[in-house]
Amino acid sequence: MSQAGVTTITEHHPRASAIAFEGVSKLYPGTARPAVDNISLTVEPGQFVVLLGPSGCGKTTLLKLVNRLIEHTGGRILIDSAEIRSFAAPALRRRIGYVIQQTGLFPHMRVRENIAVVPSLLKWDKPRIAQRVDALLTLVGLPPNDYRDRYPAQLSGGEQQRVGLARALAAEPTTMLMDEPFGALDAITRSRLQDELHRIHSQLGQTIVFVTHDIEEAVRLADQICVMREGRIVQFDTPLQIVLHPADEFVAELVGAHDVLRRLSLISVADVLQPVDIEAEETIPANADLRAALGMLIENGTTALAVTDEAGAITGSVDLDTIQSASSPP
Amino acid sequence: MNFDYLIDNWRRVLELTVDHLELTAISLALALLIALPLGILVTIAHATSLPVMGGLGVIYTIPSLAALALLIPVPGLGLGRRSAIVVLAAYAQLALVRNIVAALRGVDPATLEAARGTGMTWGQVLWRVRLPLALPVLIAGLRIATVTTISLATITAWVNAGGLGSLLFDGISRDYPSQILAGAVAITTLALVVDGILRIAERMTPASRATR
Repeated sequence: MSQAGVTTITEHHPRASAIAFEGVSKLYPGTARPAVDNISLTVEPGQFVVLLGPSGCGKTTLLKLVNRLIEHTGGRILIDSAEIRSFAAPALRRRIGYVIQQTGLFPHMRVRENIAVVPSLLKWDKPRIAQRVDALLTLVGLPPNDYRDRYPAQLSGGEQQRVGLARALAAEPTTMLMDEPFGALDAITRSRLQDELHRIHSQLGQTIVFVTHDIEEAVRLADQICVMREGRIVQFDTPLQIVLHPADEFVAELVGAHDVLRRLSLISVADVLQPVDIEAEETIPANADLRAALGMLIENGTTALAVTDEAGAITGSVDLDTIQSASSPP
Repeated sequence: MNFDYLIDNWRRVLELTVDHLELTAISLALALLIALPLGILVTIAHATSLPVMGGLGVIYTIPSLAALALLIPVPGLGLGRRSAIVVLAAYAQLALVRNIVAALRGVDPATLEAARGTGMTWGQVLWRVRLPLALPVLIAGLRIATVTTISLATITAWVNAGGLGSLLFDGISRDYPSQILAGAVAITTLALVVDGILRIAERMTPASRATR
């Protein structure tokens, strides 16, 4: 998603929160090195920020500090300018959607009861809850009549994750925290759910902080990627900048910047699109990546492709030179 | 040895069976009232585990007849049902608390964290998520405690607490094997029936229905 897209969303949805970390640390008693080490970071309202890094880098800890599942030991965390400790922890959490990998659903509750958890904690009346449950099931692509009365064990992994997402969205939170929500899914289901999440985020526009160790997922979803290592931020930038200009060897390695084809797979055609109309027989959609574009050039023996937008109209071109310059190492 | 007593006095055997069941039910209700908070305490505060479980273990080693004899001179208890209830409730503690702790600790920590993450308070996590998910194991523990209590409640007839044990003690003192047999058959049947009912209850909990 482009920066321009974010601005429009926040204009339409003033109910997205800003999150500010000011010199935040988490030091567990009896450990020498803090799990989160003096982090300062601002997440703008409506932004989709991905925390990316290897296991043990502190990304999940940083995420859980926001809804106080873990308490920070230094610095301040502000949501819409209010320090999170100025709220009781349960009240704070009811305002923040939280999605985790796999086990998040309550196995003894039906789908509708799972989704209704936060609204019922907030004492919504029954008709309003029932209406909201059906609207959310529809939003996440599950027909309410087929799914509302099922138990989580009667759902596939992908369906469970959709219900988890619906539950997190139930009380219209202004912030969503997502901890590797698609980590346990197969590649096809994962990519489908990433598309759905992208669509839901463009539709609802809340602020999302999303943890993953998967660079492709990060590039696909993020407005901004925050690369972490040993409790610190190594680089905070747009996906394109991180792939094109990794801050150091660690980030370059993490995003696979040295592997030409991998680099190309992380850059979308839209990122390097040249707004010139050319005579080209073959077309490629703007959201395809440069590896696919290169493949098409080789396959067709041509040097340029016409680029089409979602409606199928030609918006520009991409040629071999452009791909080559994007592929050169940092 | 024959079934003459049972056939001729089936009304009395039935009355005593109901009486026995009542004694068991009251004792277990009291036992649960104590065991549930104790079990929750041991589950959340690990430091209490050793003294609580150790104490209950000590109680369990006192011979039941000796415990009954010790309670007879206590004002307010004495001979009769009250002493029996105290002893039965005390003996059920070890099995109940141990199973409650196992049941509560058996709930997936990730599910509990998800529950906290939705904004449930400590009590809401316990009542809405932890206890319901622990329920099948809780009932399994209750089943063991119930069967034990039914058989132990036979002994308490010795302090005039009533129940089916009175058939046994009476039959022994009168050297009347048919009466002893009637008592034994009734106790066994009662234990098997209650065990069966609790087994069905175990499978009817939302947590076990959901996973089938």
